[in-house]
Amino acid sequence: MSQNRLASHTGAVIDFTFNGKSYQGIAGDTLASALLANGVDVVGRSFKYSRPRGIFGHGAEEPNAIIQLGSGASTVPNLKATQVELYQGLEASSVNGWPSVNFDVMAIVGAFGRLMPPGFYYKTFMYPKKLWMTYEHFIRKAAGLGTAPVEADPDTYDKLNQHCDVLVVGAGPAGLVAAREAARTGARVIIADEQSEFGGSLLASQQTMDGVMAPRWVASLVAELVAYKNVQLLPRSTVFGYYDHNFLTILERRTDHLGLSSAQGTRQRLHRVRAVQVVLATGAFERPLVFAHNDIPGVMLASSVSTYINRYGVAPGKKLLLFTTNDSAYQTALDWQQTGRQIIAVVDTRSNPSGDIVAAVKLRGIEVIGGHGLIEAQGNKRVKRALIAPINASGTQVTGPVRRLNCDLIACSGGWSPAVHLSSHTGAKPVWDESIVGFRPGESKQQERSAGACRGTFDLTGCLAEGASAGAVAASLCGHGDGSVQFPACAVEDYIEQPQQALFLVPHTSATSRAPSQFVDFQLDVSAGGIELAVREGFESVEHVKRYTALGFGTDQGKLGNINGMAILANALDQTIAETGTTIFRPSYTPTTFGAIAGRDVKALFDPERYTAMHRWHVEHGAEFENVGQWKRPWYFPQQGETMNDAVNRECLAVRNSVGMLDASTLGKIDIQGPDAAEFITRIYTNSYLKLAPGKCRYGVMLKEDGMIFDDGVCACLGDNHYLMFTTTGGAAGVLAWLEIWQQTEWPELQVYFTSVTDHWATATVTGPNARRVIAKVCQDIDLSNEAFSFMDWRDGTVAGVKARVFRISFTGELSYEVNVPAHYGRHIWQALIEAGEEFSMTPYGTETMHVLRAEKGFIIVGQDTDGSMTPADMNMDWVVGNKKTFSFIGKRSLQRSDTLRENRKQFVGLKTVDGQAVLPEGAQVVFDAKQKIPMSMQGHVTSSYYSAYLGHSIALAVVKGGLGRMGQVVHCPLADGRIIAAEIVSSVFYDPKGERHHVE
Amino acid sequence: MLLIHCPHCQENRDEEEFSYGGEAHIVRPLEPEALNDQAWADYLFFRTNSRGIHHEMWYHAMGCRRYFNATRNTLTYEILETYKTGTQPTIVGASA
Ligand SMILES: [Zn+2]
Repeated sequence: MSQNRLASHTGAVIDFTFNGKSYQGIAGDTLASALLANGVDVVGRSFKYSRPRGIFGHGAEEPNAIIQLGSGASTVPNLKATQVELYQGLEASSVNGWPSVNFDVMAIVGAFGRLMPPGFYYKTFMYPKKLWMTYEHFIRKAAGLGTAPVEADPDTYDKLNQHCDVLVVGAGPAGLVAAREAARTGARVIIADEQSEFGGSLLASQQTMDGVMAPRWVASLVAELVAYKNVQLLPRSTVFGYYDHNFLTILERRTDHLGLSSAQGTRQRLHRVRAVQVVLATGAFERPLVFAHNDIPGVMLASSVSTYINRYGVAPGKKLLLFTTNDSAYQTALDWQQTGRQIIAVVDTRSNPSGDIVAAVKLRGIEVIGGHGLIEAQGNKRVKRALIAPINASGTQVTGPVRRLNCDLIACSGGWSPAVHLSSHTGAKPVWDESIVGFRPGESKQQERSAGACRGTFDLTGCLAEGASAGAVAASLCGHGDGSVQFPACAVEDYIEQPQQALFLVPHTSATSRAPSQFVDFQLDVSAGGIELAVREGFESVEHVKRYTALGFGTDQGKLGNINGMAILANALDQTIAETGTTIFRPSYTPTTFGAIAGRDVKALFDPERYTAMHRWHVEHGAEFENVGQWKRPWYFPQQGETMNDAVNRECLAVRNSVGMLDASTLGKIDIQGPDAAEFITRIYTNSYLKLAPGKCRYGVMLKEDGMIFDDGVCACLGDNHYLMFTTTGGAAGVLAWLEIWQQTEWPELQVYFTSVTDHWATATVTGPNARRVIAKVCQDIDLSNEAFSFMDWRDGTVAGVKARVFRISFTGELSYEVNVPAHYGRHIWQALIEAGEEFSMTPYGTETMHVLRAEKGFIIVGQDTDGSMTPADMNMDWVVGNKKTFSFIGKRSLQRSDTLRENRKQFVGLKTVDGQAVLPEGAQVVFDAKQKIPMSMQGHVTSSYYSAYLGHSIALAVVKGGLGRMGQVVHCPLADGRIIAAEIVSSVFYDPKGERHHVE
Repeated sequence: MLLIHCPHCQENRDEEEFSYGGEAHIVRPLEPEALNDQAWADYLFFRTNSRGIHHEMWYHAMGCRRYFNATRNTLTYEILETYKTGTQPTIVGASA
């Protein structure tokens, strides 16, 4: 069996592979504990120097054991082996270390480590810029950042919106008792913990609580919580973000521990929780000690060694040397001795370690070497020995001869750093506290309180007391209970701890700059010397140093290294840590999958699709579709063998020569009613509607208050105090909100009401010289003659047996009828019109032809020919502005601003290419002098451009500085491919400039 | 994500249902033509950009479709009150 597994620990055997080799673990293992049990030392390579790295921690803090789980569509990169539960058939590999962790080409680079100082990436790889692509390719492959799956994710993810009174984050001792106190009051409680089992540090504890071993005490408390109907327990659930107004997000991993391929049901669930009160009981991370070559596999955190022994039955070595600045690590000596394996000594930086637990360790015959530092680890792929030496009381200098101690495992402890991440998400700035040598959570910015180790309270008795109180108080603030603790305190035997020593960098016989690398951030190879060098190069702000050295920028977000790094920086700057400050932690606490964030909002559910009532017909007739907002609109209707150009040319000619039909249902439609409707509309549009009679329509333009066009369309008077406003397809919602804000906030005295009726109506536009003849076949009760029903009129009538509103408005320049019927009759009316149009070869057409036809007429499309910086005058549309209106309509005053009146504004014109067959690309820049050197003076740009089959040449619309005064001048459009297309500035109306076509008999 | 009380619906709803409407209590001049460019630009472009107490409009776009005002602390994002358009806030900042 596995060399490091303790005989006392048994369970079902689980087969797995790591980097292609087969191993066996035991049920309950993490991938990390199973690898340690099997004596796997090297689990990855460091990012920059490619040094071999081993498992260092046992949870979210792990910097080295970053793995890729599985392969194919379900593969997950960048998981920490310490957080991956072992399952039968698990396959994992290191993300760092191509081609293999044991032989790594980058190690050659690592040998030149001194050539890769901090700022290396900026200094080397950003210059010269053109080589960056080459470097990046090599570096990414060599350093490895994991591989994202290329296939679509086969799994299902859910989101769940939740509310609760008290959300408890963390189910260690403080969290568990907090949940129990809150639960008792009847408050709705959610308690979440990232591990598979509740209990936190107690799961690996040797302490007795109320007379039973800690794990048993946990089990009975969890059973109590389960019995409460008002408590939801979420194991395997990481609270990864704390946002405004007590909104927190939890990633629940539901099936990952069962294996990637056996996943059933929802793989992960994102809980979106709105909590009235939050109790943070997120614990603390043990801080590593920074000494030379502290990154060799076999150096671990003391608490991690204890956890592997007590929880997983794994002793990750043969000969332990402990190195500490505080009492807590002595427990690891006691735990290790129980395994029967050799312990060399406890090296303590404090000159005269004393107190209960030190005495207990000494009593068992373990040597305690006080006043010493472990200044350097030696070994290649595994620790072989340590160098220790006496150091001065302040921990800044080696003061005596160096001794060598042989060992294969170094467990270190530099004290504890409260996990203040979530409170930091709320904007609470962590506060340095010398008494705990760590940052405590800052003053609460939201309805939350911290309890236990994350608040800097490290003894179990204190954690339990704080947790209980926090739970009771949180519940009372939700209206449950009186805030007093009800359950009796648990009887715990705690050692009385002696003060720890604050030591963030262990001195070496050589100066830091010359000593072997003393690593601060393992994942990104940031060393103490690197931080000091950054300071010598002039960096002072912690945020700048972080970015320059990459400290804390790995996937572990510096959970281990940040405090040491900050302290070393403070020392180099000759400041206190408090002065140097901390960095703000941001979500996510640990990496979160895109799948969970997307949830069910993928594929067809990513964004709603809107279809018109005629959609099926379009599909059946082979339409290609275009997305316009959420609408699917027919783009063109290709026939057998036609290209898009063929189809559009045919559709355009059909409309100009006979008749065509467009599904115009998607145009925004707002029903406006009320005694002040006309007055209101007149304030909104640039022109007047006060005298518009029932049965009449008018085209209008809306401006923002800055005078710029933001929507346009036709508005029809349906009756007294009743109007129908058409908007652009994409602008409908924005226009409705625009009307609402003016009515509600500025002119509440105007009685007017708005209703969106876009979906209520289906619209078929019949257009072309034969349009009247088609309509006449299906509509007998409207006099269609020019005299009785003229341009810009609308009529009620019956079309193909359906009550309809018929509008004589035109976006093509041809005789047009827009037939509006209740949406349920859309398909019927479309079909009836198609049949009526057969003898005229009536041709259905799509948005592309619509665009070409309107461009031939110089009709603008808001948002394509305008961009929020164009006034009506710029668009040569002064005719639409009613300057005589008494009320100063929205935007009017801005038309007189000096900037809108200035010469040389961009103006809307037509462009006719000198080579009529050349079609300008939309967006092409316009210059006056084609020979000018780069950068050229850009004078405008092409907004719309098409080939006009009817005219036999290309047409373009553009905005050009002073363009309306430049008719007949030739301008140039230099293209990305080097061509320069010359074009003449012409009128924007290419077709039927006198507007005679829509009056045909 | 903010939790916003709509004074029309009388309910706390998620920010997702609302859209932001900019600074509140900016009255449109009754006679814009009477203003010089500077005065018009003040109305059009310049906002207090308060640090701290800020009165602002919100639109319950996915709810009752009505505008209302909120007093929000721009430092903490705390919404101190919401009130109907046309009424005045009860909480005001020390200075504009
Ligand atoms: Zn509402």
